Amino acid sequence: MNVTIVDYNSGNINSVINSFKEVAKDKVNIKVTSDLNKIKSSDKVVLPGQGSFKSCVDALNSVNGLVETLNEFAVTNKKPLLGICVGLQMFADIGYEEIETKGLGWISGKVSKIDNQNDKFKLPHIGWNEISIIKESKIFKDIKDKSHMYFLHSYEFIPEDKNVISATTDYSSNIVCSVEKENIFGTQFHPEKSDKIGLKIISNFINL
Amino acid sequence: MLKNRIIPCLDVKNGRVVKGINFVDLKDAGDPVEQAKIYSDGGADEICFLDITASNENRDTIYDVVERTSKQCFVPLTVGGGVRGVDDINKLLNCGADKVSINTAAVQNPEMIIESSKKFGSQCIVVAIDAKKKEDKWEIFTHGGRTKTGIDAINFAKKMEDSGAGELLITSMDRDGTQKGYDIKLISEIEKNVNIPIIASGGVGNLEHLLEGIKYGKASAVLAASTFHYGTFSIKEAKQYLDSKGIPVRI
Repeated sequence: MNVTIVDYNSGNINSVINSFKEVAKDKVNIKVTSDLNKIKSSDKVVLPGQGSFKSCVDALNSVNGLVETLNEFAVTNKKPLLGICVGLQMFADIGYEEIETKGLGWISGKVSKIDNQNDKFKLPHIGWNEISIIKESKIFKDIKDKSHMYFLHSYEFIPEDKNVISATTDYSSNIVCSVEKENIFGTQFHPEKSDKIGLKIISNFINL
Repeated sequence: MLKNRIIPCLDVKNGRVVKGINFVDLKDAGDPVEQAKIYSDGGADEICFLDITASNENRDTIYDVVERTSKQCFVPLTVGGGVRGVDDINKLLNCGADKVSINTAAVQNPEMIIESSKKFGSQCIVVAIDAKKKEDKWEIFTHGGRTKTGIDAINFAKKMEDSGAGELLITSMDRDGTQKGYDIKLISEIEKNVNIPIIASGGVGNLEHLLEGIKYGKASAVLAASTFHYGTFSIKEAKQYLDSKGIPVRI
């Protein structure tokens, strides 16, 4: 099996690479590339993302044909795709970080700044927080409700259809931290930095 | 609910641990990678490396340490010490660091914080502030505490937040190494003036000090080196203690 981590200059993806290689051992082939043909021939794709919504969308668009290839992979062919952090946020129609920016539009909704309730809460939301699993998701197999995950973000994804939400986390409000829509999965937290429990989520995705 | 973080710090010199865990059964007690792994297995919420390598020819040793650690530890890794420019940050991130802490360069060239937080995202830029009490204020020092700057710590903290720092690591030079506890006034004054998370550092000698840092200093995270090094208490003991005092921690 081939799992491709999309390398599109979205910031630091080394931790994602290391964690997937750790879980895959020698059984699964982990590729790190933006080569369109390699993505097309993959069984699964991981879309990481660091920095701002705009910088990630710009980086995706700067690779000729990449957005079309990802659309074909995830929307037309319905093959499994996991977005992490801004990778998840880009599923939205629109993001409001820096400037209004169009997203991939795979899951209707918007990405806006976390309401910190007049500075009552610090931003970024950094650290370990418990997740509340509100819908069974394939990537949460053997993951207990209230497990701790590592978060590092100031913006949140607000999907229109609440049925796609698989987990939330409690900060200044209930923040959507995981979504599942058919073959499309996303986590706002960083499974690659969430210790053994995070590696289990990665393993669940690889073993889908 | 967001949990308060416990961060063990390892001082690394020429690729070897200077202040690390003092365990006898380690295969290689001086290997930062092995020690980081023990900390992460023990429940550390993050690992921090402070590179204190003095000579330039040995500066590359930290890259190897970071690269090997990031393949074995799957909790966030912060690396600081000797970070002078955007290239250094890029190199550390490429080796697998998740955050980079910047001290002297942030004072000498504050533009660098603006530039690097734009380039890499605020989430990976930690500004480390070393401060010393001066009358009823605090003055910041650079070059590992050797150089006076005349700059006020509170004003500088605000400036760093505006420049795009994602977190502030505040070390009291008066308390560092004394085991008398954090300078709570310093930590809480800065906390009141910024809206990014604060990591308290300098002076931990017992478990109560960690509690004070969070409860009275309002720090989001507490960092310690020696107490973990000398086995005064383990990370697990620290978390159990904080939990018993009603502080939210990841157990």
